Amino acid sequence: MTMLNVGRPTRPEATQATQPTTLTGGRGLLQDEALIFELGGWDKTGVDLPDADLGSDDLGELFRSAPIGLPGLSEPEALRHYVRLSQKNHAIDLALYPLGSCTMKHNPRLNEKMARLPGFSDIHPLQPTSTVQGALALMDQLAHWLKTLTGMPAVALSPKAGAHGELCGLLAIRAAHEARGDARKRVLVPTSAHGTNPATAAFVGYAVEEIAQTADGRVDLADLAAKLGPDVAAIMVTNPNTCGLFERDIVEIARLTHAAGAYFYCDGANFNAIVGRVRPADLGVDAMHINLHKTFSTPHGGGGPGAGPVVLSDALAPYAPTPWVVHGDAGFDLVEHAPDGSGSFGRMSAFHGQMGMYVRALTYMMSHGADGLRQVAEDAVLNANYIKARLSGAMTAPFDGPCMHEALFDDSWLEGTDVSTLDFAKAMIDEGFHPMTMYFPLVVHGAMLIEPTETEPKAEIDRFCDALLALAAAAKAGDVDRFKGAPFHAPLRRLDETLAARKPKLRWKPEAVTLVAAE
Amino acid sequence: MRYLPLTAEDRATMLGVIAAPSIDALYADVPASARRSGTVDLPNFQGEIEVERAMAALAGRNRPAGAAPFFCGAGAYRHHVPASVDHIIQRSEFLTSYTPYQPEIAQGTLQYLFEFQSQVAALTGMEVANASLYDGSTGAAEAVMMAHRITRRAKAVLSGGLHPHYAETIRTLAHVAGVDVLSQPAAIDGEAAVIEAIDAATACVVVQTPNVFGTATDVTRIAEAAHAAGALLIVVTAEAISYGLLKSPGEMGADIAVAEGQSIGNGLNFGGPYVGLFATREKFVRQAPGRLCGETVDAERRRGFVLTLSTREQHIRRDKATSNICTNSGLCALAFTIHMSLLGEAGLRRLAGVNHAQARKVAAALSAIPGVEILTPRFFNEVAVRLSKPAAGVVETLAEEGVIAGVPYSRLAPSAGLDDVLLIAATELTTDADIAALATALSGVLA
Amino acid sequence: MRFTKDHEWISLDGDIATVGVTAYAADQLGDVVFVELPDAGKTVAVSDGLAVVESVKAASDVYAPVAGEVVEANAALSDTPETVNQDPEGAGWFVKLKLSDPSQLDALMDRAAYETYLGTL
Repeated sequence: MTMLNVGRPTRPEATQATQPTTLTGGRGLLQDEALIFELGGWDKTGVDLPDADLGSDDLGELFRSAPIGLPGLSEPEALRHYVRLSQKNHAIDLALYPLGSCTMKHNPRLNEKMARLPGFSDIHPLQPTSTVQGALALMDQLAHWLKTLTGMPAVALSPKAGAHGELCGLLAIRAAHEARGDARKRVLVPTSAHGTNPATAAFVGYAVEEIAQTADGRVDLADLAAKLGPDVAAIMVTNPNTCGLFERDIVEIARLTHAAGAYFYCDGANFNAIVGRVRPADLGVDAMHINLHKTFSTPHGGGGPGAGPVVLSDALAPYAPTPWVVHGDAGFDLVEHAPDGSGSFGRMSAFHGQMGMYVRALTYMMSHGADGLRQVAEDAVLNANYIKARLSGAMTAPFDGPCMHEALFDDSWLEGTDVSTLDFAKAMIDEGFHPMTMYFPLVVHGAMLIEPTETEPKAEIDRFCDALLALAAAAKAGDVDRFKGAPFHAPLRRLDETLAARKPKLRWKPEAVTLVAAE
Repeated sequence: MRYLPLTAEDRATMLGVIAAPSIDALYADVPASARRSGTVDLPNFQGEIEVERAMAALAGRNRPAGAAPFFCGAGAYRHHVPASVDHIIQRSEFLTSYTPYQPEIAQGTLQYLFEFQSQVAALTGMEVANASLYDGSTGAAEAVMMAHRITRRAKAVLSGGLHPHYAETIRTLAHVAGVDVLSQPAAIDGEAAVIEAIDAATACVVVQTPNVFGTATDVTRIAEAAHAAGALLIVVTAEAISYGLLKSPGEMGADIAVAEGQSIGNGLNFGGPYVGLFATREKFVRQAPGRLCGETVDAERRRGFVLTLSTREQHIRRDKATSNICTNSGLCALAFTIHMSLLGEAGLRRLAGVNHAQARKVAAALSAIPGVEILTPRFFNEVAVRLSKPAAGVVETLAEEGVIAGVPYSRLAPSAGLDDVLLIAATELTTDADIAALATALSGVLA
Repeated sequence: MRFTKDHEWISLDGDIATVGVTAYAADQLGDVVFVELPDAGKTVAVSDGLAVVESVKAASDVYAPVAGEVVEANAALSDTPETVNQDPEGAGWFVKLKLSDPSQLDALMDRAAYETYLGTL
């Protein structure tokens, strides 16, 4: 025989007990990537441009002669830089992203494709309306879908995110009170509310007062009734609420609110639980924002952009901000300036809102349709209840009964383990999952709020539950080290937030400048 | 349904585990009066083919800027975006991630935000910048609120060169915050006039350069006047490319610099989503709105980035927060920072130079036309012209002839009495042939 | 040294009182990263907001335990907020107040009473 024994070994050697740290900071596919300012491209550019035919001699002393301090990258360098950075991010396309209150659902790529059609992406907000009839028709159709799904008579499309929608709703409420000469002072908000609710109410000039919560996680009707009065402008209630529960007394909440002459602002962040099944109009709501980037699948993009259209009742519709779309003789028109005598409270931003998000959201709505959207809500609720059922043996849920689209746990089951909610969450990272929302809502100790959404397959949910059950067993078995130092397998270990806040370093600076500043 | 992975069998199994008789049982808390048995009155689900056909039909009823000679600006500008920008922002890890609340698995987002803040600080000539706001106009309103908090004064003076929609956005918020807004009359060279209006009650002065009429102004003297009165200077810029050619707000004494960042990395998109740039002095940073990303180290002393100084924000400070903003313009900020990284200083200066040159050509070509008067004394890439006919009608007529001539000022401010003023912007995408087509068409309609 | 139920301490030297937060409070707050202090000359009534002390995750108001005029704020805290954690009842003081009514001190707890109070929390 011919003995060919050359070539590489084909099975692993015995592994070492401890891993050596790498010599360069790189770790396999994870590169140790510098800042663009450290890559040395001070004279470089990755964009080829023509020569300017005329100079800038006309600008005189306005000419920017001092160095700006911006590095450049060639195209291959830029791609590498950002692809390397991207690999340090968790993403919904990678695994479950169970952030409660955030509705991290699948982002269909048809939405992206449609938003990039030149007829949507390459049109200017101020070009003649005769040349953008399709865009205005799209806004009109989106408005029709949102009004039909909520049962509300009017919608202001222009708010740019959920908090901006809250601002829009409260501005309309304030305008409605002012129009009657009935300036009011207070806004009531449950303790479990998103931080944006009190922040928005304060921004609009109201004092914020908290409404107590019952032992079963709902608004305390008696406390609400006691706090309502002639100086209350509005209540802001999230429904389903931030404990993942439907406010079963919501019709009574609305009745009490209206009887006091106040308006009912509903935070619609959790609309995904009821879309297509329950219409907010049937609950007595006066205004509600809809996060297109939650319920209607426009991507979160690492923190935005979002879109927060606000549906309005007949009582508030006259105060809606400009602009709005109308049907004119020659097709659609855009009202950009409120006509004389209009109650419109003003303008939320320079243009017409988040058109790019409108295209994505309408594409998604049309894809699902009325039947599909109802199924969206049902599957979202089913997935959350399934998680709650599977984990309840090992973890403790503060409230009994079915939940809506998110399952809430507290940390009482961790008592005596020396493992905190934070430790548990960080250990989830090592298992390949993004942690759930932690320490929110504030009304539950060590809260863990899990929202799977409808786009998770059962197998992925089972994989997630299995991981959490295994971690829970480890915590109870005293395997504390696994938690205290976690994560061990992420691109970085836990970060020093105290250092970041005590000595804020918010931008790159050349080394020399840093040294001078330190002296 | 292609986006719903659960099968009928899965659903039955899961209901069994939950021990619920039906899905309806999970909705038992919904009041009977609000329960709906059927679907709402909207079409049912459709496949990609049908949806794509319907959306394409809507898109087809719009005329894209690239389809004809195009001169609209007034706060949104048509620029070339390198192909790699859109490719990168569509990577799953950027597109489908959330706000970076878990820094160990969000360093990609956090590092680009740190780079973005560093670039914005350099461009504006300011000490620090935040991780973006919704757009330039909402940024301007936030800046006025911030000046109100810092100075504890309740009067804002807005220049007559400020974009009218920005002014209206500011007024809407200022009204409920109890801040009086004093808007100067619209004026081509309106920035310097604000000096007269500054007094001891003034919290801030808001000027724009280049302003809505295209006028570029050295605001150094305004800064001195504002500071002498204990007021802050807010400098608004609606065209971020101008930073490549014009002296920065920081070099001219701005306390807060606000800009619309759409021009870099982001398309027109009919007005949004855009990206608000917000920069200020280090000593004011704790009064700033929005997220801030900062550098730190991890447990092994490796460099990393986190969201920081969060006690300013709504999720911690609630009704005492500096702003209610939560979701911002993350992905648009990424597009901005990639495009800016590709340009670098050399590319940005060159790009700004081409924009300026094309606008000079526009001014030269139009000044020869009877019935056209160039109004803007010094400009970057946009000029205001006075026509011998109402501008809105001229724009409509030219649109029918295939030229989008610009934005009539009356569209921004119908009651300003400037119906004959047309705002015309040029960029690196404006060709000499486009300019010739505009000149020919304008000569025709004004003849 | 006198104490409040809001975990502030106050010590008197002539008619000038020094105010800070107690060791218990400093421990509960976690790492202090910033202290917002009033300007000298500001007058405060009992229970008025006097300062804001921030950790990474929370901002807490510090109320005036007695009425008076701020004569000095601890400028060193702006660069080294960690002093509040290291020496809360010494170098980590917040402000010095010129008292308008020294008898208000009588209503506050002494150390023994405060320690007893802590035991009830």
